[in-house]
Amino acid sequence: MHDANANRAAQTFVPLTASAVLVNPVGLHARPSVKLTQCAKGFAAKIEIALAVDGPWTDAKSPVKVMRVKAPQGATLYFRVAGPDGKAALAAVLALVHDGFGEA
Amino acid sequence: MSSSGPGNVGIVIVSHSPKIAEGAADMVRQMVGDAVPLAWTGGDVDGGLGTNVAGILKAIETAWSPAGVAILVDLGGAETNSEMAVEMLPEGRRARVLVCNAPVVEGAVIAATESSGGSSLAAVKRSAEEFYA
Repeated sequence: MHDANANRAAQTFVPLTASAVLVNPVGLHARPSVKLTQCAKGFAAKIEIALAVDGPWTDAKSPVKVMRVKAPQGATLYFRVAGPDGKAALAAVLALVHDGFGEA
Repeated sequence: MSSSGPGNVGIVIVSHSPKIAEGAADMVRQMVGDAVPLAWTGGDVDGGLGTNVAGILKAIETAWSPAGVAILVDLGGAETNSEMAVEMLPEGRRARVLVCNAPVVEGAVIAATESSGGSSLAAVKRSAEEFYA
């Protein structure tokens, strides 16, 4: 139900995109993945990540999928966000990456 | 051994080894935080390796949430004893407890992450089981 709402929201909002470099030493490993998905789940917007500007895109609200991205330190993480609270969502996930997920 | 967060799906960790169960619970607490009811149990009634139904029932009680409880198990007896414990629950609770087909440590962390976002019991189970998908 939540996903359906997110999809509906995504259709009516122009996706916002941004990127940030992973600064924390081990990249997007288990703990940062959990933090990212928890952060993403706090927003209604559809939030996706990718290691390249044109994807493939991964649902940032799925902890298993985010861990499978295996983004290393120094990688550029691209975000694509669409939804009513997309702007706030994008700011929140970017802040998390810039902050090294609190462990840099 | 426990703590709670109202509304979110509870997580129960069942291992033959109390050390594994406790360690997995430590990982959940440290990685996911305190927003999820959590309990663990491990070992047989004599303190050896194994699982016991009474211990599992107690853990379900500790981690109980109106949203339900997801159980993560390791091998064989942990699963059958967990299913037996679920059978022994009051009828109203039985349908709100699910045993996940997922690795115990990884599954517990993922299930708790999903739960901490307010997801339903079905979504928590589905997410934990993505590890084998």
